[in-house]
Amino acid sequence: MPFIEEYQRIVALELEARKAITHRLLVCGASGCLSSGGDAVREALAAEVNARGLGREVQVKGVGCMGLCAAGPLVAVDPAGLLYQAVTPADAGDIVASLGSGPVTRLLCPTDTPFFTRQLKIVLENSGLIDPERIEDYVVSGGYQALIKVLTEMTPGEVIDQITRSGLRGRGGGGYPTGLKWTTVAKASGQVKYVICNADEGDPGAFMDRSVLESDPHRVLEGMALAGYAVGASHGYVYVRAEYPVAVRRLQTAIKQAKRLNLLGNAVLGTPYSFNVEVRLGAGAFVCGEETALMASIEGRQGTPRPRPPYPAEHGLWGCPTLINNVETFANVAWIVRRGGEAFAAIGSGKSRGTKVFALAGKIVNTGLIEVPMGTSLREIIEEIGGGVPEGRRCKAVQTGGPSGGCIPADHFDAPVDYESLRQLGSMMGSGGMIVMDDSSCMVDVARYFMDFCMTESCGKCVPCRVGTTHIHDLLARITAGKASEDDLRLLDELCELLQGTSLCGLGQSAPNPVLSTLRYFREEYAAHVGEHRCLAGACGATEEVTS
Amino acid sequence: MKPQVKIKTLSIDGRDIGAREDETILEVARENGIAIPTLCWLEGLSTVGACRLCMVEIEGSSRLLPACTTHVEEGMRIATDSERLRRYRRQIVELIFSERNHVCSVCVSNGHCELQSLAQALGIVRVHVPYRYPRLDVDASHPRFVVDHNRCILCTRCVRVCDEVEGAHTWDVSGRGVDARVITDLAQPWGASESCTGCGKCVHVCPTGALFEKGKSVAEMSKRRQFLPYLTLMREERR
Ligand SMILES: Cc1cc2nc3c(=O)[nH]c(=O)nc-3n(C[C@H](O)[C@H](O)[C@H](O)COP(=O)(O)O)c2cc1C
Ligand code: FES
Repeated sequence: MPFIEEYQRIVALELEARKAITHRLLVCGASGCLSSGGDAVREALAAEVNARGLGREVQVKGVGCMGLCAAGPLVAVDPAGLLYQAVTPADAGDIVASLGSGPVTRLLCPTDTPFFTRQLKIVLENSGLIDPERIEDYVVSGGYQALIKVLTEMTPGEVIDQITRSGLRGRGGGGYPTGLKWTTVAKASGQVKYVICNADEGDPGAFMDRSVLESDPHRVLEGMALAGYAVGASHGYVYVRAEYPVAVRRLQTAIKQAKRLNLLGNAVLGTPYSFNVEVRLGAGAFVCGEETALMASIEGRQGTPRPRPPYPAEHGLWGCPTLINNVETFANVAWIVRRGGEAFAAIGSGKSRGTKVFALAGKIVNTGLIEVPMGTSLREIIEEIGGGVPEGRRCKAVQTGGPSGGCIPADHFDAPVDYESLRQLGSMMGSGGMIVMDDSSCMVDVARYFMDFCMTESCGKCVPCRVGTTHIHDLLARITAGKASEDDLRLLDELCELLQGTSLCGLGQSAPNPVLSTLRYFREEYAAHVGEHRCLAGACGATEEVTS
Repeated sequence: MKPQVKIKTLSIDGRDIGAREDETILEVARENGIAIPTLCWLEGLSTVGACRLCMVEIEGSSRLLPACTTHVEEGMRIATDSERLRRYRRQIVELIFSERNHVCSVCVSNGHCELQSLAQALGIVRVHVPYRYPRLDVDASHPRFVVDHNRCILCTRCVRVCDEVEGAHTWDVSGRGVDARVITDLAQPWGASESCTGCGKCVHVCPTGALFEKGKSVAEMSKRRQFLPYLTLMREERR
């Protein structure tokens, strides 16, 4: 097959070109490091290399996220295995001069810490190693091999079978078994079917999907192309929020490159399978991440959810059967196809298989992005990998699952992180945001913050969510101000139950979770605000005024 | 030849009932004289499942489902009037009352209002959540009709009848959450609307006094909507 020969030729050329290179300087070019000046560092390094006439043997390369965003801009030296942190353009001379001799010690970031040694990378396997704007980099790392394998050796049913065996579940929050979803779409009758990648990521504190798209966009495209083959779809959409300009640009570049090599487009690799992908921009409404609202938005209508059933698998985009999965879900697919479902299923615990990417934020030493096997304990993630809360403070709780999730207190940190355990604790896996709080945080105020988010992001279609979130928010504001009564607490409980039971979509149904979980674990804080007009964390300014 | 319609058997509030497979729980319940409260639903318009008053319990499912959008299934056992459902319905109606300014005694639709009669039927005597008292506009720029946002419950019947039956799509919803409003054209005054045909269908499907005819005083605005099922039936016949 001529197209596969072309693919092999590119791999060979790329490997040949690399032979001349003795050192590679990998500069992080994902949003985190870009915001701390990563671009300028890369330019300074390139200029330095040219000035010294090292252009042939030293390569300066923009790569994706290296994980430890808080220490950016990050520069890795290959093959020395060094990592430099908080690099400025002024450091370029020292770094280039040191190549082949000892490291620049003042910039060294230790890589023998749990943050680096305890992770297991599937979704992020190429992040920080390859240039996301070059398809050659992805291809040399084994990219698109899964697609070639599937198109030449496997039937759609066999692909779905591997996904089912892998035990992969949706990483967009709900944890729905991916193999089952694919089977339903594959079985749905209809000539035209669609594949949608949900990259609307709107939870406060979450940046996993953005990072994957910025660091390794081809991985997501390959996952979608595999899905399209498996379910019988020839058209895909990636719905990305417009606030992610870098991700959008890299994705568009990746689509163009893949089409040029015939890895996407009509007659992929000369087979009868066609798969075209388009990018659609969202305007940043959180509710547009909900699948039915997202599809309404792609169709050009107002992004409001509609009741399910019918589910998108039967009645989706423009009424056609539609497969909708999250970015991270798709990012696992090629790995599973390459290594087999069993290899994936061997990782993880209970009904949660594989790994999960988490964004660590809040009061934690190592702010950044990590990937760990499912079932890793919260303690290991927060205290060891994350380095715990900064000196002098006590860790109080972690918020997982964003506005749909809950707060888990520190004395439950031995719980494994999997879909079921988090749900039992009154929280959710959600998309993977983890916000760590120390003892200076007032848990009532935390609940108020998330309810403020839900209230502002409610689309306003159904009554319980539209009106209920504002009342719950106002009640919480009254409690933090020390002006609430016991009756208000009762009303709070009642409204939370109503929203869970009657709201139209997941936004309203899960909006009470931050309130209910803080009521469950930190009821004394609510009671102190109400009964003694006192904030136990000393955080609510207004409360103290009331006391004095 | 029309395809054969299958019949499903199910039970509602303990009564065994047969239904066509393309019917919703709400339709079947109404045919059998079982009342389920509704506000956003209106015969002849598409269903949106937005008011959440018609929620019912289905045995074996932990989730409540809206009767207006849920289709019947073989063997379904449905409860429409449990203590929990009655409580939720009262709370939802109270939320609607608290959201804007529903002062029945000075309302053009007093005595002819679906929200008011629903509250009476549910035995609501006081509202347990605080009133929000927003300051909202009244748009009287149209020569014959008025929209009073203080009375609007965002059921979107006006939006749907204008789009689906009249074909004008003058109405729409703008804004999010409690800031959502029904608007005419691109949020211009109704009187300046170029798409409005002045047919008045929106006024007559409105369940409250949010849309009314000029010249009507307190309690004088009763709505006529018998035309709707008739119009939709005629349209379907023509297809
Ligand atoms: C309010 C709301 C917001 C959501 N936002 C997202 C999102 O940003 N990204 C996402 O992948 N899924 C989001 N979801 C979940 C999607 O509806 C859907 O379940 C998911 O995209 C399915 O993909 P998965 O099976 O791969 O998880 C959201 C759901 C709700 C109710
Ligand atoms: S009538 Fe069913 S949700 Fe309004």
